[in-house]
Amino acid sequence: MKKTKVLGLPYGVWMLIFIVFPIFLMFLYAVRTSSGGFTLDNFRNFFSPMYMQILWDSVYMAGISTVICLLLGYPVAMIISKMPEKSRNLFLVLIIMPTWMNFLLRTYSWMNILGKNGLINKLLTLLGMNTMDLLYNNGAVLLGMVYNFLPFMIYPIYSVIIKINPSYLEAAKDLGANSVKAFMKVTLPLSVPGIITGITMVFMPAVSTFVISDLLGGGTQMYIGNLISHQFLQKGDWNFGSAVSFIMMIVILIVMMITNKFSKTDKESV
Amino acid sequence: MMKFLKKFYIYIVLIFLYAPVFVMAVYSFNESRTSKKWGGFSLKWYESLFHNEEILSALYYTLIVAAVACIVSTIVGTISAIGIYSMSGKVKSLMLNVNYLPVINPDIVTGISMMLLFGFCSIRQGFFTMLIAHITFCIPYVVLSVLPKLNQMDKHLVEAAMDLGATPAYTLRKIVIPEILPGILTGALMAFTLSIDDFVISFFSTGSGVSNLSIYVYSAAKRGISPEINALSTLMILTVSVLLAIVNFGSNKKSQEKGDR
Repeated sequence: MKKTKVLGLPYGVWMLIFIVFPIFLMFLYAVRTSSGGFTLDNFRNFFSPMYMQILWDSVYMAGISTVICLLLGYPVAMIISKMPEKSRNLFLVLIIMPTWMNFLLRTYSWMNILGKNGLINKLLTLLGMNTMDLLYNNGAVLLGMVYNFLPFMIYPIYSVIIKINPSYLEAAKDLGANSVKAFMKVTLPLSVPGIITGITMVFMPAVSTFVISDLLGGGTQMYIGNLISHQFLQKGDWNFGSAVSFIMMIVILIVMMITNKFSKTDKESV
Repeated sequence: MMKFLKKFYIYIVLIFLYAPVFVMAVYSFNESRTSKKWGGFSLKWYESLFHNEEILSALYYTLIVAAVACIVSTIVGTISAIGIYSMSGKVKSLMLNVNYLPVINPDIVTGISMMLLFGFCSIRQGFFTMLIAHITFCIPYVVLSVLPKLNQMDKHLVEAAMDLGATPAYTLRKIVIPEILPGILTGALMAFTLSIDDFVISFFSTGSGVSNLSIYVYSAAKRGISPEINALSTLMILTVSVLLAIVNFGSNKKSQEKGDR
């Protein structure tokens, strides 16, 4: 079996060329001026109030959508886990199915629903009410994030709850806890690893998205993903764009390390 | 009462999740060109879909990239997983950590690092570069779904086969591959779906003239997408549902058979 080590070699080379080297390139671009000299200005620039505001806005929006996903998704995960096995599988498939439709198409479809001549406004005029501006604002962006990432919150929480030994809950109830207390003392603490996975799976893509904010926000407000794509595609400032990408990567790696620690210690304590 | 509320809540969430899918399906039968008014039932968008060069080319690139990326990354990923499995110590954890990078990195960082690489090597971006990028971000998922199966495998099986005179290649074919097959299939499925749904990485790694469906939708969304795309997405979701139904039916049958034994 030792000889099979060699089988990992080609992929090692592949990773070196297509994963490690590109990230190294990104770092190189980030510490250079457009004329090629060494500089730290690209990083320094990012820490100016204007870009800090963009960073804060992205974190804020991603944070709110994560909280909404958690509040909406937790009950769903719990209700499904209490169903009989057959309907459990059916509902799980039903939850995941929409994500099989192209992500861009689903987001575009929301434009049709929220737009000026969209479904909701048509319904409002039909009822004799004034139309509303539902598209191209933060609310629409938030809706797009919650819509697209909600299944990522439901799944990990579900897979943790379903594994909780039902006798724990019975024991809690035998010892006099009502269902609220049993939930607070048993189900909720035991589902923390699932919650953490869910939070990372929603927050990470939400904080870096530029499609949702572009299509549903109409580019009215810049988020960090938009900032990066803007630097590369419109402004052509690869150096600054690389610096911002690099910062984002480091931040996310740190967050992942912290959450990994959390979920590990939680598993051990269970 | 509580039961009713729970059911009600689940259905509300499902309506929310299916609203855009449903709206697209309805508009795909709309006679009039814009979504502003309902012009009556018609199948004309389904017909003209097959004459819309732009959409067909996007569909072609989406499928061909997904198919090739899926096949290549499944093969490479499986072989590499076996390699990584038999490694130990620092090399193993280094390989695993680097392998993990594309999984946790935001798509935009992966996409941009790819674009920088192609720019640095002055490779003209297009179909080939997009394919390379897809293979690169698909392999880690295959590795990550095959490795657990390898770890679960009974090591003595392999040793026994070798002791009984099987060549390594024969052992691989008759023992290892069948044992880890579920992991390989999961990985392949993941690679295919990730590739077919990808926008950000494709967007930064492709060049002019080569768009997949996501890129087409993104660039067309602002000027208004032609209604054929509604027809296409309805067809796609129908295909997926039928496939899922078949797979589900198959696995249900299998688990029943297992239960019978």
